Amino acid sequence: MEKVLTRRVGQPNSRSIETYVADGGYAGLRKVLASMTPDQVTEEVKKANVRGRGGAGFSAGVKWGFLPKDTKGKPIYLLCNADESEPGTFKDRLLMENDPHQLLEGMAIASYAIRCRTAYIYIRGEFYDGARILEKAVAEAYAKGFLGEKILGSDFSLDITVHRGAGAYICGEETGLIESIEGKRGQPRIKPPFPAVSGAFACPTIVNNVETLCCVKQVIDRGADWFMKLGRNEKNAGPKLYCISGQVQRPGVYEAAMGLPLKDLIFGADYAQGMKGGRKVKAVIPGGASAPMLTAAEIEDCPLDFDGVAAKGSMLGSAAIIVIDEDTCIVNVAQNLSKFFSHESCGQCTPCREGTPWLYKVLTRIEQGEGRMEDIDLLARICNQMANGMTICVFADAAIAPPLSSVTKFRQEYEYHVTHKRCMVGARAQLVTA
Amino acid sequence: MSHTRYHVEQAGQPRKFPAEAMARIEKILKRYPTKQAALLPVLWVAQETWGWISKEAAEEVARILDLPPSHVDGVLTFYTMFNLKPVGKNLLQVCTSISCHLGGAEGLIEHCGKKLGIGLEETTKDGKFTLVEVECIAGCDRAPSMMVNDKYYEPMDAKSLDALLERLARES
Repeated sequence: MEKVLTRRVGQPNSRSIETYVADGGYAGLRKVLASMTPDQVTEEVKKANVRGRGGAGFSAGVKWGFLPKDTKGKPIYLLCNADESEPGTFKDRLLMENDPHQLLEGMAIASYAIRCRTAYIYIRGEFYDGARILEKAVAEAYAKGFLGEKILGSDFSLDITVHRGAGAYICGEETGLIESIEGKRGQPRIKPPFPAVSGAFACPTIVNNVETLCCVKQVIDRGADWFMKLGRNEKNAGPKLYCISGQVQRPGVYEAAMGLPLKDLIFGADYAQGMKGGRKVKAVIPGGASAPMLTAAEIEDCPLDFDGVAAKGSMLGSAAIIVIDEDTCIVNVAQNLSKFFSHESCGQCTPCREGTPWLYKVLTRIEQGEGRMEDIDLLARICNQMANGMTICVFADAAIAPPLSSVTKFRQEYEYHVTHKRCMVGARAQLVTA
Repeated sequence: MSHTRYHVEQAGQPRKFPAEAMARIEKILKRYPTKQAALLPVLWVAQETWGWISKEAAEEVARILDLPPSHVDGVLTFYTMFNLKPVGKNLLQVCTSISCHLGGAEGLIEHCGKKLGIGLEETTKDGKFTLVEVECIAGCDRAPSMMVNDKYYEPMDAKSLDALLERLARES
């Protein structure tokens, strides 16, 4: 597939507004301001079925449609979710560092569609470079009249502010993000009300991911019909960025039409080019740390799109594919992932606050050769008590994915760990820790 | 959530922002509908001004934004990137999340700690280096990834880390 979202990545001066405009940039914004009503833009995005690239896969156009027709004088806010914190995910960093104007144009088009005139980019605190690059791009866009008052001579005005987070995974959850931008601890809100009705500053708010907003710009440039043809079917379409990391030869961000077969991404000459050291695949996490693991058998015939990965009992999430080889201990992997969730739980709901460190503790015990056989079922029991509506947000559901899926699919490794007090595979299989 | 990592210390001098920092804060306030919304950006100004956020700096932020100091403390202890005690000139942040873990991050931390003679969350006696472990910093394709202050260094191994530490020691 011709590169769309990443076409300027790697080009000289790809960040500058001159490069962007020379490559047809801001033509989409010009087009919507000159010839489309806000509702027509929303209809086009709805028709293209741009599903949210941040993780949930919810249609952006439908989300916009939840905004009240009459806001009773309240402003509407657009928040770009650039918090990219899901382990394994690094696509938005690439987009922002290399092509910031594509995002700004996407935001301007989306803002026009939803009648927003104040938008924020909530960018994770660690992305100092990304924030500096975006701030420079915002200043350039103001100077050229693509942002600010009466954009390109129209009645549409828009302010964009880059807002830096400060280190909290949960701020990628949209209501956590809203709390954070209001200057609070980023603890997710009970829904309803949904942000489209009452979000930031108690006003109607739309939160969209960086890649999603870049897709919006492409839909306007090339049309919903073009977008819908990229993929297996119209529900899973468009250009998509895949982040692949772990024990592969060539990790990185690869752009392809939605639905790229998972095995092509891992083994394809144009993609990750197979496993390091020629080892075999043991497991693949297909959608970031929150997605249940797949076994080597399950990755056969798995299209990387929302419904394709869901059919395998996992999720595409943020399209962060983490590949784990046969010499890696699965208990060790689950322990590492549990450490992450235990560290990042916001602490608001008891099942999550207490459950995530408990999982980490039990997994550590097993990993260190001090586990008991009943610990394996204990893990599953803790998981079942944490998720499925026990908490305000889906963090707990994410946190249970690594232990639950690995216990279910690789139980023999857990049992080996308990019986032999060491890993079944890898360098530490030889070490006798007893 | 960082509440177990640091605690707010009774330290530091009464803190008034220098004029250029106040000018930045004035500009920031214009971008938000409420003063409270400027809290994170203003805390960043504080950290960039002093390198860490003392109790006194936090109270000055609370005063400027008309917020209860307890609210500012609550926010400060929620986010991991605010330094609630002084850190070394070079804050070494090594990612140990899954892809970096698979890429040998723990070995890198061990190597780094031995080289500098410090453990996690500790600072070298000369005040040049502080070593911390961080969760995923979106450098997974260049694992193991690390940051020194606001710059990424990736991928790292023992050799490139040694060279980096030597350069930073010379320069700071």
